[in-house]
Amino acid sequence: MTAGVEQAELSQTAPKAGSARVLRPALGLLLPVALAVFWEIAVRMGLSNGRLVPPPSVIWNTFADLAATGELEQHAFATLWRVGWGFVFGVAAGTVFGAVAGYSALTYRLLDPTLQGLRAVPSIAWVPLFILWFGIFEASKIILIAVGVFFPVYLGVMGAVMSVDRKIVEVGRIFRLSGLAMVRRILLPAVLPAYVLSLRAGLGLGWMFVLAAEFLGASTGLGFLLIDGQQLGKPAQIVAAIVAFAILGKATDWLLVLVSSAFLRWEDRFART
Amino acid sequence: MLVLDRVGKTYPNGVRALDGLSLAVAPGEILVTIGGSGCGKSTMLRAISGLDTPTQGKVVLDGTVITAPHEKIGIVFQEPRLLPWLRVADNVGFGLEQYPKAQRRARVAGALDRVGLTEKARVWPRELSGGQAQRVAIARALVPRPQVLLLDEPFSALDAFTRADLQDHLLDLWADFKPTLVMVTHDVDEAIVLADRIMVMRPRPGRVYEEIACDLPRPRDRQSAAFDFVKRRVLAALDRSLDRAVVTDDGETRAAAGGGLWW
Repeated sequence: MTAGVEQAELSQTAPKAGSARVLRPALGLLLPVALAVFWEIAVRMGLSNGRLVPPPSVIWNTFADLAATGELEQHAFATLWRVGWGFVFGVAAGTVFGAVAGYSALTYRLLDPTLQGLRAVPSIAWVPLFILWFGIFEASKIILIAVGVFFPVYLGVMGAVMSVDRKIVEVGRIFRLSGLAMVRRILLPAVLPAYVLSLRAGLGLGWMFVLAAEFLGASTGLGFLLIDGQQLGKPAQIVAAIVAFAILGKATDWLLVLVSSAFLRWEDRFART
Repeated sequence: MLVLDRVGKTYPNGVRALDGLSLAVAPGEILVTIGGSGCGKSTMLRAISGLDTPTQGKVVLDGTVITAPHEKIGIVFQEPRLLPWLRVADNVGFGLEQYPKAQRRARVAGALDRVGLTEKARVWPRELSGGQAQRVAIARALVPRPQVLLLDEPFSALDAFTRADLQDHLLDLWADFKPTLVMVTHDVDEAIVLADRIMVMRPRPGRVYEEIACDLPRPRDRQSAAFDFVKRRVLAALDRSLDRAVVTDDGETRAAAGGGLWW
């Protein structure tokens, strides 16, 4: 009797759960899509001329035009290239300094105050100096991005190294691991989850800093596209560049998560998806 | 032969955890240390393992003074301390890096078979139960065939059934190549099931209070009168070590309230 009732309930809830999986993310799309549709209709009906806030169809057309001429590809590639190299250098430096500072109380006291002091400097303040030192071309841009990437990575690595469980380190000591083997077999895997998080934070900042770098004199890049759109009064181009930023930023972050998740399958996470 | 020669440990905060502990453990002997909290049992194990160095005296294994972790001394901690990023088999083989791969694999497979976890070889540590994880930890410590195995309350976090099971299992593994076992426990029953010799320690500062030989034939029946007799002696010694009132000291004392577990 009760089994029959349960069966009936189950068969009712099962498809519900399935459709909920599709519907729940779609719920987040409801508001932006509704706004876009509303604005499109408003412009079509002549309620607004849509000059300062172009309707979605115009943005889409601009996006498609830029893509068709190969312009979008060129600018996106330039930006991606800068972020890529800035990320590589920033991560390399942040990892080394973070590991050294986290390794012992002495190195921490030596390094951390200076680096925290530098961190407090608004990074754009470096720009004039970097331009003097490294010129106005790619080098100064990449270095500015690297500075942005450096600090979250440094903080993440240092904190992770400092908080490695003493009990796990003792396992390494019992098996007489030398300094380097201890790093490779105990410390590195132990800090990996926190490291991936700091890489993601660093990448996010890298995307912010590339914009700052490109605002300050560039003839290519999505940042240039933004400035160009402002100066020539092409709001659709600005929005198209913003959309390109969003897509690229999300895609690179997703790539980072995808690559790292292969190394983090052992993690005992609260929610597995 | 494992020898502790007047080993003392004073922590930087001035606490004397261990005071002039002298002790000799024969090869293959099972020594179980029991005592109230703060009597330096864990400090003693850490000194033998080489993880901590004593502030006085020395630990000597076959003529070698132990100042750092030694390949002939293994340890099982209270927690399994498995490396969560290594699968069970790689955890067991963690101390075998220096061996060629084929040999390492064979020894790991053998050790997993001995602890009955062959089918868990490719599993992550998080997927194991508490008892299984501790069995992996024991396998990891035993697979390099240490001459001395230290056990720091290894079963205290497990339920009573699993604990009794693992005690028998440990004896079984010990019989393979008969390493010296030095174990710390709070559990009087556990001490009597395993030990050749029970060492009762007393706190503040930690030192040996009494040694009780335990030569009941194995396997030991936890229900037998002989077992009970030794248990009363141990409980009486524990009571006296903590300056509690007891009637006599010839084993005919009343059992301390609570019995089995000694906290």
